[in-house]
Amino acid sequence: MSAPPEILFERVSKTFPRADGGAAFEAVRDLSFAIGRGELVAILGKTGCGKSTAFNLISGLIRPSLGRIVVQGHDPYADFAWFRGKIGIVFQNDRLMPWRTAIENVALGLELNKMPGPQRLEISASWLARLGLSGHEHDYPHALSGGMRQRVSIARAFAGKPDILLCDEPFSALDEHTGNALREEFRELLRLTGATSIFITHSIEEALALGERLMVFERPARIAFEAALRDMSEAEREAVRGRIRKVLSED
Amino acid sequence: MALADGEGSSPRGARRKFAFTGFHYESVVALAGLAIVWQIASFFVPHFLFPSVPEIATRLVDIFTSWKSIGDALATGARILAGLGGAFVLSIILAIPMARSPAFERYAYPLLNFNQGIPALSWVVIAIIWFRGIEFRIFFIMVMTTLPAFTFQVLDAYRAMSKDLFEMTLAFRPSRLDLFRALIWPTVLPGILTAWKVNLGNASRVVVVAELVGATGGVGYELLQQQQIFDMAGAIAWTLVLVIFVLVVQGVITFIENRTLRYRAFAEHAL
Repeated sequence: MSAPPEILFERVSKTFPRADGGAAFEAVRDLSFAIGRGELVAILGKTGCGKSTAFNLISGLIRPSLGRIVVQGHDPYADFAWFRGKIGIVFQNDRLMPWRTAIENVALGLELNKMPGPQRLEISASWLARLGLSGHEHDYPHALSGGMRQRVSIARAFAGKPDILLCDEPFSALDEHTGNALREEFRELLRLTGATSIFITHSIEEALALGERLMVFERPARIAFEAALRDMSEAEREAVRGRIRKVLSED
Repeated sequence: MALADGEGSSPRGARRKFAFTGFHYESVVALAGLAIVWQIASFFVPHFLFPSVPEIATRLVDIFTSWKSIGDALATGARILAGLGGAFVLSIILAIPMARSPAFERYAYPLLNFNQGIPALSWVVIAIIWFRGIEFRIFFIMVMTTLPAFTFQVLDAYRAMSKDLFEMTLAFRPSRLDLFRALIWPTVLPGILTAWKVNLGNASRVVVVAELVGATGGVGYELLQQQQIFDMAGAIAWTLVLVIFVLVVQGVITFIENRTLRYRAFAEHAL
């Protein structure tokens, strides 16, 4: 018997009421997929196609209007507290607390997970060092560059050794050079931690570089096509590129 | 690489040497200038209107060397702090349900707005009619006059909380207490400190009015005594006592602000 999926979406839809009372906005429609433990899935789609809504549904920050979501056998919205320490998130922008130093920001998840002070600071310092931020432990976010802040937010997500890592376009706000450098480090970290990872992006190359499996979304969020990227030849990747471009241009 | 260094190395940092009290070199110059202008005026205007600076200073020293006067000054200070403390606690009790329940807010907001329109003197009259105890009357007046501003400021500070930071913190599944400690308190703290600073000034004015009509001690009572004997130097000296108290408390708040909000970035250019 095969292992149950780590993340399961069954015919999930999500609509948002409009503030002006107009017709509800449909962000996700009849979305179904299953992700196994340790998989690294890239979700690709145009801006505004509902990728981030799907992300928020997986993380339990919002609940589906229709359908069922199961993460590690639990409903991420209803069993919210059960997931403490199990999910790490890297957001599009760094979302660092301005009143906390770099090391205190990294330690946030560990602190909320009741880890003793010295231990969490040691772990946080080691993650900052791993991401090239030694010497900046006690800097406040305003004293760090955009790339450094995003490194801190990556360290914060990884520090708690989450089972599931959700990344919502973490490099989109960075310049190309910083984004490329960070992407390489990030891929290595994902490989080392072995967490089930979902990486949301609107960049075809980023999706192909980071994902072992690819899901392409069209509006409102539903899967237009998916592909296994592991061990794919360059010719096959080129074919996938073409297919992605076609889907995105039709959307 | 860090983009900004500690504040001590910046020109702004150098000018903030006395910032722990909120008292700058410029403040000393401005106050000294005022004293000089007053002293010059005292040479040309009748003594009962503009007493000399040394005379006022002597009266001030008299106040600080008499246990009864010190007791009066401390009584007023305690009344201000008690009133502000009471209003602050009440404002938190009101602001939290207002922030969480739009229905509650729809009822509470007009009442607070209505309260804001009531002059302090009306509360004095109401307190005298309603209550017997002098201290409770003053406490009631202080609370009622500073409550709306405190509540609105605490509510605004809560509402200003970043949705992004809220979602990020929530993603770690904190308990309610942890959420308050890690996110809500640091978010509302700057607003609360500002509210204390603003309301401190209001409270110092209101307490004098409250003491003028009902108290048997305190700065307001002493001011009334000076008015009855037409003693301008005494009136100014007692006013200065209240100003000094406000400045000291402002200094304490500024000290707390500089300690707790030291994470804030400073722009080298002012607007």
